[in-house]
Amino acid sequence: MTSSDPARNISGAFDAIVIGGGHNGMTAATVLAKGGRKVLLLEAAERTGGAMRGYEFHSGYRAAALAHIVNRLDPEVAELLGLETRTTEALPTIALSLDGKHAVLRGAYGETIDGVSTAEAKAFAAMRKKLIFQAGILKRFLKRRPPEIGNVRMNDLGAFAGAGLSLLTRGREEGRDFLRMLLMNVADVADEYLSDDRLKGLVAFDATLGIHLGPRSPTSLLGLYYRLTGEANGRTGMQYVPKGGMGALAPAFEKVARSAGVTTRTGESVTRILADRGAANGVVLASGEQLSAPVIVSAAHPKATFLALCDTADLDTGFVRAVGNIRSKGNVAKLDLALDRLPSFTGVSTDDLRGRLVIARSITHVEDAFNPAKYGEFSPDPVMEITIPSLADPTLAPSKGATLSALVEFAPYDLKCGWDNGKPAFEKIILDKLEHYAPGLSQNIVASNLMTPADMEMHYNLPGGHWHHGELQADQLLVNRPVNAAAGYATPLSGLYLASAGSHPGGGISGLPGLLAAKRILSETRP
Amino acid sequence: MKKYDVVMIGGGHNGLVAACYLQRAGLDVLVLEKNDWVGGAATSRELTPGFLYSNCSYVCSLFRPEIMRDLELPKHGLQVIAYEGGAVFTRDGDYIASYRDHDSHRREFARYSKRDAEAYDRYARDVTRQCRFIQPLLMRTAPDPFSFKPRDISELLYLGKKFGEFSPHDMAQTLRFWTMSISDFLDEYFETDVIKAYLALSGIIGTALGPMSPGTAYVLLHHYMGEVDGSVGAWGYARGGMGAVTQALASSFKASGGTIRTGADIAKVMTRSGRATGVILADGEEVRGNLVVSNADVKRTFLKLVEEDALPETFVHRVKHFKMRGSSGKLNIALDSLPEFPALPKGSSCIRGDLHFTDSMERMERAYDDWKAGRYSADPFVDMVIPTTLDPTMAPPGKHFMSCFVQYCPPQLTGRDWTDADRDAFADTVVSQIADYSPGFRDRILHMEVRTPREIEAEVGLTEGNIFQGELTFDQLLFNRPVPGYAQYRTPVPGLYLCGSSTHPGGGVMGAPGRNAAAEILRDLKMKPAEMSPAHDVI
Amino acid sequence: MMPDLATRLAQQKHITTPRLETPFHPRIAALSETNDWYTWAGYKAPHSVFDEELEYFAIRSMAALFDISPMVKYRIAGPDAERYLNRLTVRNVAKLAAGRVHYTAWCDDHGHVLDDGTLFQLSADTFRLCCQERHLPWLLDSAIGFDVGIEEETTEIAGVALQGPTSFAVLSKAGFEGIERLKPFQLADFAHDGGTVTISRTGFTGDLGYELFVPAAQALSLWDRLWTAGRLHGIRAIGYAALNRARIEAGFIVSNADFMTAETTLRADRARMPDEIGLDWLVDMEKVNFNGRKAILEARRNQTLKHVLVGLEIEGNIPADGAIVYHRRKQEAGLVTAAIWSPLAKRNIAIASLARPYGTRLTEDFWVEIYAMRELQYQKMMKRARIVPRPFIKLDRRAANPPGLF
Repeated sequence: MTSSDPARNISGAFDAIVIGGGHNGMTAATVLAKGGRKVLLLEAAERTGGAMRGYEFHSGYRAAALAHIVNRLDPEVAELLGLETRTTEALPTIALSLDGKHAVLRGAYGETIDGVSTAEAKAFAAMRKKLIFQAGILKRFLKRRPPEIGNVRMNDLGAFAGAGLSLLTRGREEGRDFLRMLLMNVADVADEYLSDDRLKGLVAFDATLGIHLGPRSPTSLLGLYYRLTGEANGRTGMQYVPKGGMGALAPAFEKVARSAGVTTRTGESVTRILADRGAANGVVLASGEQLSAPVIVSAAHPKATFLALCDTADLDTGFVRAVGNIRSKGNVAKLDLALDRLPSFTGVSTDDLRGRLVIARSITHVEDAFNPAKYGEFSPDPVMEITIPSLADPTLAPSKGATLSALVEFAPYDLKCGWDNGKPAFEKIILDKLEHYAPGLSQNIVASNLMTPADMEMHYNLPGGHWHHGELQADQLLVNRPVNAAAGYATPLSGLYLASAGSHPGGGISGLPGLLAAKRILSETRP
Repeated sequence: MKKYDVVMIGGGHNGLVAACYLQRAGLDVLVLEKNDWVGGAATSRELTPGFLYSNCSYVCSLFRPEIMRDLELPKHGLQVIAYEGGAVFTRDGDYIASYRDHDSHRREFARYSKRDAEAYDRYARDVTRQCRFIQPLLMRTAPDPFSFKPRDISELLYLGKKFGEFSPHDMAQTLRFWTMSISDFLDEYFETDVIKAYLALSGIIGTALGPMSPGTAYVLLHHYMGEVDGSVGAWGYARGGMGAVTQALASSFKASGGTIRTGADIAKVMTRSGRATGVILADGEEVRGNLVVSNADVKRTFLKLVEEDALPETFVHRVKHFKMRGSSGKLNIALDSLPEFPALPKGSSCIRGDLHFTDSMERMERAYDDWKAGRYSADPFVDMVIPTTLDPTMAPPGKHFMSCFVQYCPPQLTGRDWTDADRDAFADTVVSQIADYSPGFRDRILHMEVRTPREIEAEVGLTEGNIFQGELTFDQLLFNRPVPGYAQYRTPVPGLYLCGSSTHPGGGVMGAPGRNAAAEILRDLKMKPAEMSPAHDVI
Repeated sequence: MMPDLATRLAQQKHITTPRLETPFHPRIAALSETNDWYTWAGYKAPHSVFDEELEYFAIRSMAALFDISPMVKYRIAGPDAERYLNRLTVRNVAKLAAGRVHYTAWCDDHGHVLDDGTLFQLSADTFRLCCQERHLPWLLDSAIGFDVGIEEETTEIAGVALQGPTSFAVLSKAGFEGIERLKPFQLADFAHDGGTVTISRTGFTGDLGYELFVPAAQALSLWDRLWTAGRLHGIRAIGYAALNRARIEAGFIVSNADFMTAETTLRADRARMPDEIGLDWLVDMEKVNFNGRKAILEARRNQTLKHVLVGLEIEGNIPADGAIVYHRRKQEAGLVTAAIWSPLAKRNIAIASLARPYGTRLTEDFWVEIYAMRELQYQKMMKRARIVPRPFIKLDRRAANPPGLF
């Protein structure tokens, strides 16, 4: 047990207890502390950071975090953290092609594109403009608490009116297109605009990464919209790795939490959220210690919060049923490679290696990769995105060495044959695939580590190994995220609030669920 | 040369419905049909002596009773017979049936799971709640959210009011329901795979989506909101085959003075100064009309019959990207005797309902994966009915007509058109599946007609063989159907209207698009329909 | 787990007998003079056996046997059974004890009543819940997080109600020793036919009476035992029509007759909270959390309760079943859900659901509009109605200890 505050044992001395020290938990704790609350943050692991925590996967080689790129850290959260994003440059995305002739998206989500015809670049620009405009309308709803059905507040109406007005400023046809496209699949949209399979494959991949949908599944465009609601430097769709690499994120969150006065106890896992007749009032730690506070904020997965931490007796059956119905089975595996030298990908310049490399040859490739996942099988020909984290943070590998991180889909959490059996085969498939694009890579591998959704569940306490803490699909968004009765961060248990990616607006390192939850708590509770 | 008030392109059920209403309102209407018979996809054809084939659509329940009444269809011979339940055969030699009797239905499900048996009522209730919301919208023109005309605003308010009748909890549920896959939706109620597979089939029939695709829960509604004489959700056969529906319509139309010309293939819609003035037939003959109404699908109408330069660019773009996506094929079989299914207990009523062989969600979804890859399903989903068990008039005594609706069957095989050999191989896949459950089945076959999307398009004119004249996905529903801004049966060409299933509320032998189109046309003409009973209340 | 093929194939009786027969059916069928059956929860049940009017008087003057086997029965057992039921139902199960029964209700998250029923505590950790509707998915989902097992046992357990002033005499005569010690809402096991029968002093008539539960195989021998013992005490078999009269007099409500159960309603405004159907007295806000607690509490606090269930006495003697209730003869105030002329009270009584504030703040000047069909013509009447307490009758013999040996 470690602690940064000797006052920790004064039970009842806290206004709020935050469960889980991931980025959302830390954001919520920080905002509450800045709002004058005495906050205790409890983290089960020995270190805070959640999915931003790195890990050593081979002697001398570390992975910086589960996520390997930032594309949606909310500006308000970034400012809160004092995180310097302005000087950070937008990293390119390289849509890899087997023949080494890649399409390279530069700037924020392909403001310019290398390696495609002028006509195709123009077509992509038109699609990008349309999607960013439409995503902008959705963004209005992402940065605020979801409206409460049957009890719409005045400022909700304001958001609706704002959305309506911004639609109309571009004319009727834009409005019509928005309502037409909103729930379309990404494949049809890509087909409507593009003809280059590399670009189509890329948007198909980006729309479905981390989501249990194929590009031809209706509503799959939402995944791409979601990505395009992310911004940095005021540039929509920009992706970057912060100075010092992804590993610099967790310390930044920790630092700001500490300076805001948050008391943090790590190595303390919460086993129970206590409640009495509808009101949460404390937690029990694994040690048996009880802590009480009028406000409990859970940044744990909603399913873990309600089905494992709460006594279901404190909740109503319909609610438990709804929580049980949250679909939250991850589909993405992470491969970390320890390399004895910087890898070389055919046709990719060393400079571009700092960006994101995507293997998704076409829409069909992504769709075919998705199909087996429906039946609990991994893709025999998976799609993936690759980064070389050691380029941004040389400390991750020994000198001259390098690390490679690949997010690979589809790797269903519930693998029919079990991951113990499936893992070696899947790893081999991925390595073979990489070898096609980076010939000779296998010679440079010192060690490899494949983290399946089942591993993520264990390592990061992510039920289902789902980094969004619940499928980011139309029926689990807004007023239904994670479930309707807990959609606005408050829950049926008064005093218990949710602040994880499982809440609106969803996952990715944005800090928004934590921020919005804390704002609600500040607005309706007193210290 | 005679000039008609209205020239109708195509004599399908919606074209005939619209034609009837317009003729009865006092207009002089001509229906032009390329085939030698009217009926479109609702026909009864004697393809082998003594047997009537419902060779396209095969069951009747969506057809709106208000229309039957207004157009006096019973007087013109239409009679609908409700049928009983049905069954899915399981691979282990059992089956799961559904029964009209509530308690029998529960006890049947209890054979598989006591929990599921008791879950069914809540499931049925929740689906019915959704149907009750949708049903009143069928016979209303979809509002245009961006027109700001008083009528559209008031229709939007009506939608809002209907939605407001839900409790807040149900509103949230409704938002989920509309975007869920039927598979995920069923997971929330049931634990038994075969029960889910059985209930999922209504979520996929007619669509190019698998049961795991979001939006298929909504499609389920499209098959549940039918009724037979007030019994909501019931299915029935039209006595004498589906052609009885269109024959009654044609007869009603002619009785009110309308004219039908068959064998009249239309080459072009004529326009003068941008306004539709009639049509040109394939043989060059010009037929003039003050108004032209197209029963053909939106793609056929605007990409084949109308000059592209007469149309706004955005409109053409959207029509080109309107998704047809045929997904089904059909086997129509004349049988020497009633097939036996040893798994069914003797005297089981299931033989009179629809029979299926897809007993797991995975099999159903895998059948769809084949379609996505441009193949017909190796292990297809079959919806099989034997209407002659309830309507012996369709076949000689003791003999039977069987209709097998098959999914999935793509409009084109990977990179090429269908060949006759492909078609026969496809048919054999289906027949083999049936024969696995019905020994001696092949020997009972007297005659068989096989239809892939190729045949359906060639005969009925449904582009890509899509039975709904376009996919029922969100981007093609309500004010988006067929094209945003043109979802009220009017088109960019003044004087040209659409009335087929490409328009709201979509496909199925429902008649609502035809009736709604007629209402809009009469509104433009400032005329009143002779008889248009208000949509039945959903109370 | 899905049953295996052989088990499934063995369960196809519904094809030939879509209507189940209860374990007592052979006896009732033999007694049936009217051959007057209806369907109760999938079972063939007597509407009347010989004369519905006389059957009613059998309840009030002798001993009436009413087959309650179709009641849906769930066995709830396990270390957490009490804790589970306390979360499931609105009443405090901690106040129940082994050998006792109570009437209760359970709600969904919105505080809407899913059903009412009787809860029998058979032992420290075993309960039986009897009700009208089926709730297995709800009961199973409610068990998440509890160490408790739930078994549906409707077909396995036969039930019969023996009601009426001589019912105690019948049971004594039948040799159920110690039956005299059973107080209202108590239960005990008695030896029968090599097994046991569970007898509780409960009923749905407001009269002295008992309910007996026995494994289906021993049903007929139990019936015969009662029938033989009852011969000199006027025992009769009765159907639902007679029971219904008795229950209205006793002021009991019936789900999906006097209120709609929440899981069956298609219309959002039809579900009811306990306070809206006269069950507020069951709700224990002081006990641990239970389903619907928050919603009920909020509805009470915010005064958003919309309905109230009342007893009415209506002038005249024409039953007002289904009549609309008016305030000041004009303003529609509610609906009569059950009504009879009470032979015992000699009053024209009714149970009605009123829209608040009618029945709460406004308690005077009610009228009911009765349409009585008489020889193919409606006789329309506007009759004055007065809100009166339920039950409409109160019989001392019901609660007498020891019960009267008539």
